[in-house]
Order: sequence, then C-alpha cells, then structure tokens
Amino acid sequence: MSGEKKIRVDLALIAGMVQPGSRVLDVGCAEGQLIEHLTRVKNCDARGIEIDMEEVQRAIAHGLPVMQGDADTELVTYPDHAFDYVVLSRTLQAVEKPREVLRQMLRISTHAIVSFPNFGHWNLRLQLLTRGRMPMTAGWNRMWYETPNIHPCTIKDFFALCEMDGYVVEDWLAADEQGLRTPWRRSQRLANLFGEQGLFLLRKA
Amino acid sequence: MGFASAYALIRMDQPSASTDFPHQSVTFPEGVALDCGRVLPSVTVAYRTYGTLNADKSNAILICHALTGDQYVAEQNPETGRPGWWSSVVGPGAAIDTGKYFVICANVLGGCMGSTGPRSPHAEKPGALWGTDFPVITIDDMVRVQKRLVEHFGIKKLFAVVGGSMGGMQVLSWAVQFPEMVFAAVPIATAYYHSAQNIAFHEIGRQAIFADPCFRHGNYWAEGVRPERGLAVARMTAHITYVSEEALTRKFGRKLQNAEGLSTLGEQFAVESYLQYQGSSFVQRFDANSYLTITRATDLFDMAAEHGGALADAFRGAKARFLLVSFSSDWLFPTAQSRAIARALNHAAVNVSFVEVQSDKGHDAFLLDEPDFHATLRGFLAGCAAHAGLA
Repeated sequence: MSGEKKIRVDLALIAGMVQPGSRVLDVGCAEGQLIEHLTRVKNCDARGIEIDMEEVQRAIAHGLPVMQGDADTELVTYPDHAFDYVVLSRTLQAVEKPREVLRQMLRISTHAIVSFPNFGHWNLRLQLLTRGRMPMTAGWNRMWYETPNIHPCTIKDFFALCEMDGYVVEDWLAADEQGLRTPWRRSQRLANLFGEQGLFLLRKA
Repeated sequence: MGFASAYALIRMDQPSASTDFPHQSVTFPEGVALDCGRVLPSVTVAYRTYGTLNADKSNAILICHALTGDQYVAEQNPETGRPGWWSSVVGPGAAIDTGKYFVICANVLGGCMGSTGPRSPHAEKPGALWGTDFPVITIDDMVRVQKRLVEHFGIKKLFAVVGGSMGGMQVLSWAVQFPEMVFAAVPIATAYYHSAQNIAFHEIGRQAIFADPCFRHGNYWAEGVRPERGLAVARMTAHITYVSEEALTRKFGRKLQNAEGLSTLGEQFAVESYLQYQGSSFVQRFDANSYLTITRATDLFDMAAEHGGALADAFRGAKARFLLVSFSSDWLFPTAQSRAIARALNHAAVNVSFVEVQSDKGHDAFLLDEPDFHATLRGFLAGCAAHAGLA
C-alpha cells in the first residue's frame, strides 16, 4: 500500500504477532498508531481504548475507532470472545490490577499480546545495588513518587504469573528500548538480564 | 423588560408560531401507525436539504434536531431571520461538509415548523386543529416518519445519522430500528432514557403552560390568543438546564441590570433579563402544544426498558459505526449517560468511539463553537467515509 507509514519498532513487533484480518483491541492505544497500521496494512478490524482525552480526540479525528476509558474498568464491558487479539503495550505496569486486566483480556479475546518494561534489566539491578535508590533509565524515568508505573515486574515474574494463572506463552521475545535488537529468545535468564522490554503472546490453556 | 420587550415589539408584525409559513415539505397520504396505537391518516414532513446526492445515493447524512430545533440547520431560518442552528457544523468545508455529503434535516413529527403536529388539521374533526387531541408520540415514531422521507429520496442507506440531545435519541432509535439503513451513527450529548430530573424540569414547563389563562385547554388558536407567558417560563426553566453554572457566572455573575434602585418587581440582575429574553424570543417561534407533545415524547424515551431492561440487548442487531460525544459540563445529559451507551455498544460488540469534550458551556456546547468537537466529528466521518468507500 502506498500510504504505508513507518510505525514505532516495538509496535511493528506486536503487529508481527497479529494474523491479517483479525479483530483487535489495543488497550492504551495513545493516538492509534498500531490500530491504524493494523487496519491499513493487515486489514484488521482494530479498535482502541485510551485513557487520555486528548489522545482519544486525536485518534478519532484521524478516523480511528477509539473509546475513552480506563483498562481497569472498561474491559469488563466487552462480551466474551469479542476479539482475536487484545494488545496491552507498555501499559500493564501502570494499571491498578494487572492480574485482573490480563484475566479480562483473555476473557474477551482468544489471544493477548502484552509488552512491558523489564525491571530485571542489568542496569536497573546495578543501580539499585550500587546506589541503593530507585533506578532511573530511559524507560524508567520518573521518580518513585510520581511514576504511573505502579506495578513493575521482570520478565521472569511475568513467566511465573502466566504459569500460575494457566496462560500458554505462544511466543515471547525480549527487546531493547527501541525494540531494535531481540537476540535473547533462547534463554529466559539472559532475556531477563539484557532485555529492556518483554513482549508476550498469550492464550488460555 | 428592556431589550426583551423591544424585541417582542419588533416581532409583532412578523410571521409567528401561529401562522402557516410555506415550508418545503412532502406529504405521505398513507399515514403512519403510532406507538400509542393510534394512526395518523396522513403525515407531512417539512425538510431542508443541502449539498448534492451522489449517483449511487450513498452520501446522505440525516441530521436530527433537538427539542425546539427545526429543519433550518445550515441556512437562515425564514421565520426568525436567525442563522441556521448548526451552521458552524454543517456547510461547505465544515465538519459535516455539504460539498461532500448530501445533508437532510426534517422538522420532527409533532413539531411546529411545517411537519404534522398539534397545529395540523384534526383528522376526526373537520375544520378544527389537533391541539391537545394530537396523539401521544414517541422518539421511535419521529424516526419512522423520517424513514419515509429518506425513502422518498430513494436512499437505501444513510451514510450517517447525526444529532444532539433529543436528536441523539433519534440517532439511537435509527440505529436500533433500522440497522440496515445506517452506516454511521453520531449521538451527541444525549442519553438512552430521560431521567427523573429531566422529566421534572419538563413538568415545570408544562405546568407553566397549563397555568397560563391563555392556554384555554389547548384551544388558544381558535380564540385568537397564545399562552405566551406560560411558554416563556417553560423556556426559561429549560434554558437554565442547557447551560452550566460556570457559563452563567462567566456571562453574568451577580451583575446588576438596573442601577437605579432596588425593587422586588422588575429585573434586578442581568441574568434575569437574559432569561426573559430567552423566553420571549422563544414564544415567537414555537407553539405551546408542540412543546407539550415533544417534551412528552422525550420523557417517554427509555431504550433499555423497550428491550427488556438491558441496553446492550437493544443494540444486538445494530450495525452502524458509532461516535458518542459528551461535554464535561453538561449536567442535563451528563457524560456518564454517554459512557453507559458506549459500554452497552461494546457489550453488543458494535464498533464504537467515545469521547468527552472538555467544555464549560454545559449542554448547549454541542450547538456552540467547540473546535475539539468539530475536529473529532470531521475525522470520524472521514474515517467512516473511507470504510464506506465514499471518495
């Protein structure tokens, strides 16, 4: 398609996990880059939820179907199996009840695609160890008292939650901040040490 | 009365709500069966159109007006001389671009701008007008009559149905009653039922009309009078519900109208004369029996109750793409109402966008210059046009 625009690399990784022509809900879609890409390039029925009113307005004014709302309270309003994929990109750590949000995602959708910044990255570990204070990096760049990221977790933590709640990890990868390098697919341990973000494709067992 | 009475004087020799201005209209002699069980043997719909219907008749947008609106959405109203009530939204290059879309707006059933209503000839009493004998009508009835008009143009599917307030109720009714005929639906600043508070305010207005000695049990035309005081008070009450406290404070605050001295009679505060002006200009263009008929129709609206109590069930068969818009300071149709509609649509797996526009202008914001709202509406329609294959 001639109008194909370049999208953020981490969103391209997510888009790569979505089958063409599927029904997709992007939770925390911002101004809708991913849903636009999925609609135009992959012929998906893609919609979004976004909490920020200005982002919602920009998305709708851009012709994208977006609903203003909060992941913690809106997902319950969708019926079972309404979607093939629900995407939660870099938002899981910021929701009130991450476990419940995941449960809702896999209730309303066959698959869940989840990405989050990995709190197990070596740089964060090193900062905490050497300085004894909450680490600050490009991804974790707000002070503890004002960060929206109230539920940080590591890639290893996330694997553990999936096992506990009975989710099958169909695919996963770890990437750096820009999503450019993803060389740690083989080892969870190395991924947890060197990956700046984790990306998971889940389904119910 | 100052400005208000001067205005009333100027208006005296103008065509008023009791005369028959030649509005553009079409009559359907086969009539219409109403929800109340009665049949209107013939029904006339007054309407205006803007723009050009394309060859495959796929670019039509129906605009549904609010309680006291009319069909003159984008041009000067011939009875009042005032600009179209939504000329900031509808027109060449506007959010609803009449260069791209064919826009239809009809006076609602029960109205007083040329469509069949209480001022039409009584079907059972030759020589008389309906008056308060006019059947009780519903929002769904209004929409059924609009459907006749749409079919009259040979349009099988409307590209969009758009409306605010009571117009938004009609949009909801369209999407549910005739899902195959609506590609996109935009209910604005509306609700799926009229709340107790909404009904209460309407009831004050109706009681004011009944209490006017000129009401004469609705037969005021025959006696050459009009319940202007009652209707004006109805409008004054309603007008308060259309604006936010913040907007009233910003506009008037406690500003005094008359610095000459205190009195109990007569206006003291600027807000009083503003309200009186709203009331007296309204009675020049609106008919009291129509006001009674249409307020009752909105009071009766309850889309969930009509579908077994669950709103989501009402939307099961809906096929349109929805955009719901609310305004942050609207306390007549608050955001929670629009959000409830959006959630029910989600529950029915309908494609829905929803946004609350920040505004301090209250319910009336949907009629006013709100650039964020207009940009959102324009973008939504453009997105839908792409999906509908409209060039």
